[in-house]
Amino acid sequence: MAEIKVENLFKIFGKNPQKALPLIEEGKSKDEILDETGNTIGVNNASFEVKEKEMFVIMGLSGSGKSTVLRCLNRLIEPTKGTIIIGDEDVTKVSKERLLEMRRKKMSMVFQNFGLFPHRTVANNVEYGLEIGGMPKEERKEKAYKALEKVGLKGYEEQKPSELSGGMQQRVGLARALANDPEILLMDEAFSALDPLIRADMQDELLELQAEVNKTVVFITHDLDEALKIGDRIAIMKDGYVVQVGTPEEILTNPANDYVKAFVQNVDRTKIITANAIMRKAPTVQASKDGPSVAIRKMEKTGVSTTYVVDEKRNLKGIVTIDDAVELKDNGGKDLSDIINAEIEVAGPDTPINALLTKSLQSKYPIAVVNEEGKLLGIVDRATILAELNENGSAQSEENENKYQLSK
Amino acid sequence: MFDIPVGDFFEFLINWLTDNLGGFFDLVTVTVKTFLVGIENVLLFPHPIIMTVILAGIAWYVSGKGVGIFTILGLIVIEGMNMWDGTMETLALIITAVFIALLIGIPTGIWASKSTTVESIVRPVLDFMQTMPAFVYLIPAVLFFGLGEVPGIIATLIFAMPPAVRLTNLGIRQVPEEIKEAALAFGSDSKQMLFKVELPVALPTILAGVNQTIMLALSMVVIAALIGAGGLGQPVVTGLQQLDIGLGFEGGLAIVILAVYLDRVTQSLGAATQ
Repeated sequence: MAEIKVENLFKIFGKNPQKALPLIEEGKSKDEILDETGNTIGVNNASFEVKEKEMFVIMGLSGSGKSTVLRCLNRLIEPTKGTIIIGDEDVTKVSKERLLEMRRKKMSMVFQNFGLFPHRTVANNVEYGLEIGGMPKEERKEKAYKALEKVGLKGYEEQKPSELSGGMQQRVGLARALANDPEILLMDEAFSALDPLIRADMQDELLELQAEVNKTVVFITHDLDEALKIGDRIAIMKDGYVVQVGTPEEILTNPANDYVKAFVQNVDRTKIITANAIMRKAPTVQASKDGPSVAIRKMEKTGVSTTYVVDEKRNLKGIVTIDDAVELKDNGGKDLSDIINAEIEVAGPDTPINALLTKSLQSKYPIAVVNEEGKLLGIVDRATILAELNENGSAQSEENENKYQLSK
Repeated sequence: MFDIPVGDFFEFLINWLTDNLGGFFDLVTVTVKTFLVGIENVLLFPHPIIMTVILAGIAWYVSGKGVGIFTILGLIVIEGMNMWDGTMETLALIITAVFIALLIGIPTGIWASKSTTVESIVRPVLDFMQTMPAFVYLIPAVLFFGLGEVPGIIATLIFAMPPAVRLTNLGIRQVPEEIKEAALAFGSDSKQMLFKVELPVALPTILAGVNQTIMLALSMVVIAALIGAGGLGQPVVTGLQQLDIGLGFEGGLAIVILAVYLDRVTQSLGAATQ
């Protein structure tokens, strides 16, 4: 179920936004509309869905409209046109009272420069949302202390925000957002103001925290690496448009246009592309019912010299070669398990390509990709790995291309 | 050439107000006078030694040892110059004028911070209030409220109010956008926004305005004495009329001591909130 559904969202800044709408439909550019009407287009016909408990990242450079989209979700910025369905309500149409209620209970926000109240202690900052919702003092204090403990700030409750470092201040911001246990977290460039090391730590901790609290998160960033690391899915925005929505791998392997392509070019693909993205279907036989004849026929049919043996739950048992299978058949053997070679390289679906390369050099057979229960998902051969890596760096292209041809 | 009868018009306006709003001015006079006399009585009731200890105690607690000691010495000098009663009268006059100025000024400043239209109307009015020579206020003040302390207080509060309005407005407008967004994002209504976020964050700036208002009020003490407001302005005015340098200087010194005391204490209050 989609928790947040944004449809045809427009935000036009300026005196007379309605005047600019028809011009957008005529397909005029941002600059032309600015010249003609004096209006600036913040968000141009954005549509996307955020699934429940998903980490959804909206990425774009400054001026792309990403922060505006985020602020439309809780109406810190009033959308000009469009619908935003959260749960089963259209946020753009709810009453003022309901909107306050939603901001207090349903969604909370984390800010780039933390947005902490300097006159309040850390704990009082965290309990702010509960306080204005009318929760009794003792109860909200307890919740604030708990939220602070969750983000690792136990012992700092009675300090002022200015006494903490940037990373710690943002933890306070995070605790404040978690204190009222909302369904949705809106994070606006939450880690952009932190220095790189602290930032990486915070990203890891956010992922850990997310595994524990399981919120629907909409995370804004201008940093592609951050988007790829954090996002279950990513929306890329440019000039107010949503250019592409997809998983990190979809965006890397299949950029929607040149803009996205240019964006993802500098990413270190070896860390991002995983077995999941490049594996192909494995030829398999089932040990319990298939004998050597079936295995031989399958291999002959697909033109390969090895096949993977699985049990009835598709759990991987090992590999058989065509030579062994023929020998077994000639000797009158019926049971494939006698000739299974279990010494093959396996990898998880999330194994990055650089690790796959190392593994592939240690084995003459393709790498089997299995999930945690040992179920066979697919296989990755060395040629595919080299081809993927080759797409990344163009310098050594020709040499690798030859190799690719040869090994195929 | 031609004449624009600005003076005639203003005179007509003041006369009209005096004739038609006499009841209102009488009410203001009685209220302000009652308030002032109350404060004067409180300040003059304890023996000067006890009052010195109290005032020095406040200074010591708020601003530290140095200002505390200064207060003791300063008040001893004042008592030695026989200026004690005048000082307490002036203090009462300033407390009254500043209290009313803040009562009007801070809400006006809040209003101006919320509306650019209000701000654009209030700003020239404040410029006018501040730049018009303070003596000019004395004339209508006397016409409306007669002679004595009350017109002195009214003239003082008009002259002293602008910084309170300006710095309240400025303080609230300077609250960082992100902090206001945070308050909104967590579901604050406009009242919670103002009292739980904007005013507390703007407090240091607002207190700087309060400090300015107090200082401006002090600068009116001598001028107000011209219309019989009494206090420390009186010896200065008398000294001027009779060319009594000694008396004039004593009154001036007492004003300076009082000014330093009020300035240091209110500044420390502002710093403490940061």
